[in-house]
Amino acid sequence: MAGATMEAGPALPQEKVLERLMARVQDGDEQAYRQLLESIVPLLRAVSRRTLRRPHDVEDAVQDILLTLHRVRHTYEPSRPFLPWLIAIARRRIIDRQRRAGRERRREAAFAAEAETFRGLVANRPVTFEDSDLMAAMVNLTATERRAIELLKLRELSLKEASAVSGVSTTALKVAVHRAIRRLRGLLGGQP
Amino acid sequence: MNGAPDTIKFLVRDLRPVRRLAPPVLRAGLWLCAVAAAAGLAVVLFGQPAELAARLSSPALAVEFAATLLTGIAAVFAAFQLSVPDRSRAWVLLPIAPLAVWLAASGSQCWHALSTSEGMHAEPGCLFFIVGAGAPLTLSLLYLLRRAAPLEPLRTALLGALGAGALTAAVLQFFHPFDVTFPDLGFHAAAVGVLLALAAAAAQLTRPSKGF
Repeated sequence: MAGATMEAGPALPQEKVLERLMARVQDGDEQAYRQLLESIVPLLRAVSRRTLRRPHDVEDAVQDILLTLHRVRHTYEPSRPFLPWLIAIARRRIIDRQRRAGRERRREAAFAAEAETFRGLVANRPVTFEDSDLMAAMVNLTATERRAIELLKLRELSLKEASAVSGVSTTALKVAVHRAIRRLRGLLGGQP
Repeated sequence: MNGAPDTIKFLVRDLRPVRRLAPPVLRAGLWLCAVAAAAGLAVVLFGQPAELAARLSSPALAVEFAATLLTGIAAVFAAFQLSVPDRSRAWVLLPIAPLAVWLAASGSQCWHALSTSEGMHAEPGCLFFIVGAGAPLTLSLLYLLRRAAPLEPLRTALLGALGAGALTAAVLQFFHPFDVTFPDLGFHAAAVGVLLALAAAAAQLTRPSKGF
């Protein structure tokens, strides 16, 4: 079955060796068990990676497979090949993990930075200099106020940077912005 | 993230010797022998084998009886095969052919009975017989199947219930010396449906949170 063509890890012993180890495991041989489990983990990772993308899903699947192997170890028949038995268990656990991951993805939405800030349509309309009421209202500001708004609010410069660019003191800029915002609120229908 | 070494340590510490499971063919054979012995005893004590032998001289009835019995045997063998991880999933197809013959033979008998206006005779006792005798058979089979590790517990349980239901329906023929009528077929189907529902519920209830 699948065992012969399976992508084996570099340390995977011959299947006959694994079969003998598994038979000793059924008799309770701890050393054989450690050797068997350590040998098959790379193979289980490789098989899991074919289906599962996220590394933690792969590791979870490997652990699920190991736990299941432990629980159903009495079902292995030493006269039969070991790898098909192991791979059948692995595939089932991987499918279960894949389904679980799918359910989680459906239940949990990834957080995306939303452009929407308020529910009103106007609040979410992209602001452009051409059509904005704000830009129309800015005509009514003084040149200093308009310059202060442009540098500090539209270009989002710091006070120091805006002062350097405009040659106006930071105090004067603060006052100009404060006055400009109060006047714009009045012009745009907000509370002054 | 990489917890495999810890898991290995834990599993090695927890290792105990286990009793190996016998091959599925052997387990299925033993279970069928036990059922045959119990059914044989019941037929000798309470059955009407002479009437059944007379009925089986009709080829149609003989085919129906054989198909019922074969459906039961095939479904039980398939369920035991599916209960072990490395067996082919194709075993599920084994009972399909005898099941189709069984349904076709029962259906044709019903049609014949309906067309001769004898078709409305009904024996609700069949339902109770199949459920009453089939339920313990199904439960004993599910117990044995759970001892293995079915990769698909629900499908395995349903196959087991089909097997137990079909075998009970075959044994019923020894106590049911008349043709199957349309309502009878309904009762038989309902009885097998009850067994399937029972098996599905049992498979769901005994499903481990992790593992098979």
